[in-house]
Amino acid sequence: MPLKTMPKSRVRAEAARLKTYFEGLGAVDVETDILLPAEVLLDLYGEDIRHRAYVTNDPARGEMMLRPDFTVPVVQTHMDSGADPARYTYAGEVFRKQDDLLDRAAEYIQVGYEVFDGSNPAAADAEVFAAFSDILSPLGLRAATGDIGILMAAVRGLKTTETRRNALLRHIWRPRRFRALMNRYSVKGAEMREENFARVRANMAANNAPAIGLRTETEILDRVMALSTDAAEPSISSSEIELLNDILSLKETVPHVLSALRDIAVDMDAILPAVNQLRARVDALDARGVDVENLEFETAYGRTSMEYYDGFVFGFYAEGRADLPPVATGGRYDALTSVLGHGRSIPAVGGVMRPAMILAVQEGAL
Amino acid sequence: MTIKLGIPSKGRLMDKTFDWFAARGITLKQTGAEREYSGAVEGIDGVELVLLSASEIPRELAAGRIHLGVTGSDLVRDKLVGWDTKIGELSVMGFGHADLIIAVPKAWVDVDNLDDLDAAASAFRKRHGFRLRIATKYHHLVHEFLKANGVADYQLVDSQGATEGTVKNLTAEVVADITSTGETLRANHLKILTCEPVHKSQATLFKSRTAPWSDADRATMFELKQKLDLGD
Repeated sequence: MPLKTMPKSRVRAEAARLKTYFEGLGAVDVETDILLPAEVLLDLYGEDIRHRAYVTNDPARGEMMLRPDFTVPVVQTHMDSGADPARYTYAGEVFRKQDDLLDRAAEYIQVGYEVFDGSNPAAADAEVFAAFSDILSPLGLRAATGDIGILMAAVRGLKTTETRRNALLRHIWRPRRFRALMNRYSVKGAEMREENFARVRANMAANNAPAIGLRTETEILDRVMALSTDAAEPSISSSEIELLNDILSLKETVPHVLSALRDIAVDMDAILPAVNQLRARVDALDARGVDVENLEFETAYGRTSMEYYDGFVFGFYAEGRADLPPVATGGRYDALTSVLGHGRSIPAVGGVMRPAMILAVQEGAL
Repeated sequence: MTIKLGIPSKGRLMDKTFDWFAARGITLKQTGAEREYSGAVEGIDGVELVLLSASEIPRELAAGRIHLGVTGSDLVRDKLVGWDTKIGELSVMGFGHADLIIAVPKAWVDVDNLDDLDAAASAFRKRHGFRLRIATKYHHLVHEFLKANGVADYQLVDSQGATEGTVKNLTAEVVADITSTGETLRANHLKILTCEPVHKSQATLFKSRTAPWSDADRATMFELKQKLDLGD
């Protein structure tokens, strides 16, 4: 039966089955509102969420959003409960505009499993992945994994200024701009940096325009100073740029990636903790019976589509159907909980699956 | 049955459209009083003139209530998601040129391109606690453009008119608007970023893919295409 004509009652029944499975793993069933205040979501995700989610207006409550995903309301529920550690499961509709892919559903049911347990992150990562892998195993899906934390660790370890490291970190999830920044900070970007500063100096000399708007002269001068500093600053070394490129291009089975990363860590010891974390996760996955020898790993996986994940990431896909959305996705999102908790650290890992996709794959009716 | 041709109901866009068709042997004219929105077509049978606001023409084409329509390509691309599934482009018309551009205060000596805008947005958000505001009425096009170029930490605020004044009035820091000469921008102490425009717009003759086409309509359309020298 095609995805679109799948009766909702069947999808609900499948969602209930999955939720029962997660409850069996110790998860507490949580319900969240469908209509959410837009402000928190807009602040977290920015303009992109406005174009993906349905935003509506209430004269009394302001902008409201139809639940685009469960992560934010579930994290908020968790913070209010004070339970630690905690495991949750949920099922319900999410709503997404599909501007670029008009044939995809704008409303569909998700089932999720979230683990808030900071005692052993590697074990928690493995627990979530294995839970998904086990229940999805009859479908013969392709599993993809990655770890945004490795690239982040590499950037944090670059021998350059804090400003440059922060600029790169800010664009971890936007590969095109990340690449542009890498080029600008590299040896071949030295001339560009000087030209940038020269251009701004020329603008200053020619400027006779009145200051208008909220952005103050101080802010403008701060940026001019930053450009001046950046022009004078030595480039990021070619060897470090090469190591970053090596890290970004890793796409292999887990054992191969681990050995490649250990080689890279010889020259870039800043990534060692992240590599050790990956190794601990692989051991934990192995202990749970996951076939890690053949598990795919890609350092850049999830970089474009999963902005709030900052560590382990995974997805399950119907083989040979790259045009379809993944059947399940998940990952670690410690940075997001830290923003929502105003700096309070709440390590969290979890994932969602789409019961309608599971039914469709089961019937081989895609 | 007749083919319905929607054209802008007033202003230069209407006059130029009349001229464009006249140069190809088809006379479009307003009938009745000057401000009455009814018209006639001479030089071809089976075509009916519908005068509409330029901004409504994309929607009417997509809904199939008119067969042909003249409007700016900017409006079609911004207002219709998946526009090319509903509408086909028959001919650009060589007038109504305007670029959708991004402009910042001229006093921002540190900002000339998208790299600069992105860096300024990041610092602005840290300093002011909210995202840099870009005033526009072209939400879809501007968002797609900034996303493709990896600009972050901004928000779009709606401005349906006098967009160039929003910076001075402290309701936005940046504007994204249509301009042909840039004169209004300069008068409001704004400068255009040096990158490619978000969209280069001009008046375009569009065809609806969703309107009902009878055999007679197809025959009329064939004749019309010959007269307008449109090919297929």
